[in-house]
Amino acid sequence: MSESESGDEDAGSVLAYTAGLGLALALTAASFIVSQTHLLWAPGLAAGLAVLAIAQMGVHLVFFLHIGSGPDNTNTVLALAFGVLIVTLVVSGSLWIMANLNGNMMPEAAMQEMQKS
Amino acid sequence: MSQTAQASADAPAVPGVVARAGGDGPAPVRVVVAYGFWIFLLSDIIMFAALFATYAVLNGQTAGGPTARQLFDIRNVAVETVCLLFSSYTCGLAQLFIARRRLPLFYAFFGMTFVLGALFLGLEIHEFSGMVARGAGPSRSAFLSSFFALVGLHGTHVTIGLLWLVFTVLQVAAKGPRPYVLRRLHCFGLFWHALDIIWVAVMSLVYLMGVRV
Repeated sequence: MSESESGDEDAGSVLAYTAGLGLALALTAASFIVSQTHLLWAPGLAAGLAVLAIAQMGVHLVFFLHIGSGPDNTNTVLALAFGVLIVTLVVSGSLWIMANLNGNMMPEAAMQEMQKS
Repeated sequence: MSQTAQASADAPAVPGVVARAGGDGPAPVRVVVAYGFWIFLLSDIIMFAALFATYAVLNGQTAGGPTARQLFDIRNVAVETVCLLFSSYTCGLAQLFIARRRLPLFYAFFGMTFVLGALFLGLEIHEFSGMVARGAGPSRSAFLSSFFALVGLHGTHVTIGLLWLVFTVLQVAAKGPRPYVLRRLHCFGLFWHALDIIWVAVMSLVYLMGVRV
């Protein structure tokens, strides 16, 4: 930042790191509270935890890794977007395919019947 | 590199910004090195994504063995998380202080980063050895295999990070804050913060979903 003696370092500021830590701690606390109480509607808990986790990852990216909208960051953000695309494909694709395979599995009783004959 | 040049070629619409982005010349080494390391980190995260998917598919397959609810201790996870968050914070402050050439403060905060990271690792090793002692090792069920693969890989990364931290400190002590030492330090910082991001996912998916009420 501007107050640093060597002008080209963009290591952020104490205030930004402290704000990031505060937000991260608050989101972590929220995740723990939500998972240990009945504050959220039970079937929506997974979605709620996912939202909190993604928000916290965003806080880490902005305050700790300094991924922002600055001109130096264009390539970094593009690479991140590509990474997020691949991660989404790998995770959701695996879950989708495995759920499908599971749904098409022969019921246990029928399986045992086949093994007998 | 060509993308960087292209990005700065697009920039002249904002005159004040062009000079900071590197103007006509190639991007500064610091930016290029950080970008390359960022690509490595993203590939690392994609590797973790495969293990996360494996865990999400297999976490119900306990083969009659212990379940997540019986094994995980939420207090232990809370302490581990706080350790990692604060170690990320002190790591960031250490980078800030070395950029301002305040070496004693750098050593103090980097030392704290090491202690907190080692504390996290100690808690994780304690948890793992406790589970193995109870007969819940990686060979017990598909759930436990995927658990140890995912969380163990994160722990391995933390171990490597701690070794790297020690080498970085030795380098700063021996050579002083030269540009290439600072670049390595910057890469270490990126690595350490990225581990924190992965831990957020581990904490939410593995532990909090595992022991939800």
